[in-house]
Amino acid sequence: MINLNPSDILETIRMIEDENLDIRTITMGISLLDCADSNIDASCQKVYDKICRKAEHLVQTGEEIAREYGIPIINKRISVTPIAMLAATGNGDPLKYAFALEKAAKEVGVNYLGGYSALVQKGFSAGDLELIRSIPEALSVTDHICSSVNIGSTKAGINMDAVRLMGEIIRSAAEKTADRDSVGASKIVVFCNAVEDNPFMAGAFHGVGEPDTVINVGVSGPGVVRSALSHRPDASIQEIAETVKRTAFKITRVGQLVANEASRRLDVPFGIVDLSLAPTPAVGDSVARVLEEMGLEECGCAGTTACLALLNDAVKKGGVMASSQVGGLSGAFIPVSEDEGMIAAARSGGLKIEKLEAMTAVCSVGLDMIAIPGDTPPEVISGIIADEAAIGLINTKTTAVRLIPAIGKTVGEEVDYGGLFGTAPVMPVNPASPKKFIDRGGRIPAPLQSLKN
Amino acid sequence: MKAVVTVVGKDTIGIFAKVSTYLAGCGANIIGVSQTILDDMFVMIMSLDVDRLTLPFGEFADGIRAYGEENALVIHAMHEDIFHSMHRI
Repeated sequence: MINLNPSDILETIRMIEDENLDIRTITMGISLLDCADSNIDASCQKVYDKICRKAEHLVQTGEEIAREYGIPIINKRISVTPIAMLAATGNGDPLKYAFALEKAAKEVGVNYLGGYSALVQKGFSAGDLELIRSIPEALSVTDHICSSVNIGSTKAGINMDAVRLMGEIIRSAAEKTADRDSVGASKIVVFCNAVEDNPFMAGAFHGVGEPDTVINVGVSGPGVVRSALSHRPDASIQEIAETVKRTAFKITRVGQLVANEASRRLDVPFGIVDLSLAPTPAVGDSVARVLEEMGLEECGCAGTTACLALLNDAVKKGGVMASSQVGGLSGAFIPVSEDEGMIAAARSGGLKIEKLEAMTAVCSVGLDMIAIPGDTPPEVISGIIADEAAIGLINTKTTAVRLIPAIGKTVGEEVDYGGLFGTAPVMPVNPASPKKFIDRGGRIPAPLQSLKN
Repeated sequence: MKAVVTVVGKDTIGIFAKVSTYLAGCGANIIGVSQTILDDMFVMIMSLDVDRLTLPFGEFADGIRAYGEENALVIHAMHEDIFHSMHRI
């Protein structure tokens, strides 16, 4: 007997085959705290050994699950303890850690390894400045390493010295990889209120409160949501919200299943499912097109922020019911270069950085994969970071900035990475200078948690 | 372990025979079948017991997909838990 409804079976297959439903990533979080050694070479060796030991079967297990369940698992990744914490224990060039991590990532065959990171929301401690200053070089000489720096939190305020520094670091990373469309900058995320269990790159790191090893899963599926909405062209707003919830539930259940299986087979605790709508540059896999399906002429027009708020909230409501443990960034992502509809709207000029900034106030993460003119000065980048961090600070949410100063290019040109990173039209930024504000340094105080208007 | 095989293609004589012969050759036991014709398209869903497969399930899934392509059919073999997860609370 078949105890399943044939239409349900065919719906699942249609989602996978025609609407790009996939598991975006299985990310193994690995604590490296027990690898710290005052001798940096010994520390690097322990880091390499531990990653290779813990993640030895990660890629193979992911591929086995994908074949058995018929669901594509696009990325297998690793997140590690912020390396600045290891760099704090001894002298030596933090770049050695970057090389050890790169070697380990290649050995186990993962797509990316995140955690070349520092948490400096309240100030710099030993190892933080050395690591941050090494980020541009680390990202120019490695292929798999991703970096993130947390410069603010609702509890601590915003470290404006770090904001100023990160403007320079992002620009430097772009310059060092100018011959490769400034790809270095695409692997740095500057966070406010960074989460410790994020499975998505480039901002993944393994928080200090996490278990020794853990499996986190990020799902995808904007194509499935868009398709579900397209079958209800005359639906009311409430019906749209219900449709998104139902669809998010189904998507997340697959993520939960894969997370449970990966956890069981690898004998590593299950951490969280990240309830995300992560787009790709493929046609039909776009968050922007979901917003347009709700009734917008083009993503970026009036109404975009409201549609995104509805989408983001409904995804969470549907997903929470479907998973036993939810975490990470959880929400709709709006990375410009990685979203076919966003790319189109940016090319037409209808989608501007200022609108994207408003959108980040109501959705997951922030200004993501946005190319800006190559001659943008560091203080303008820092100003954008400060603005974005302020949104996270006041609204008690994660915000982030991943900007790509496209060295040698200006508005009208594009950077093209292919694959999941996609194509980013260079978007104009306001050229007026915030230099005096940025140069003040110091710290924006933690905000009041009452009187919330 | 139970698996679900779906077969979709233009209706012709012998689709059921071909697929079931292939499954028998792999050691898959058919425990349920639902089949219909929709707009001249053959649509069949089979429930299988795959505990006695003669090859790993992943290879079986790849193999039957390739066999489908050779015969102008779209065939998927998937662990049934994915359907239970998605459609049952």
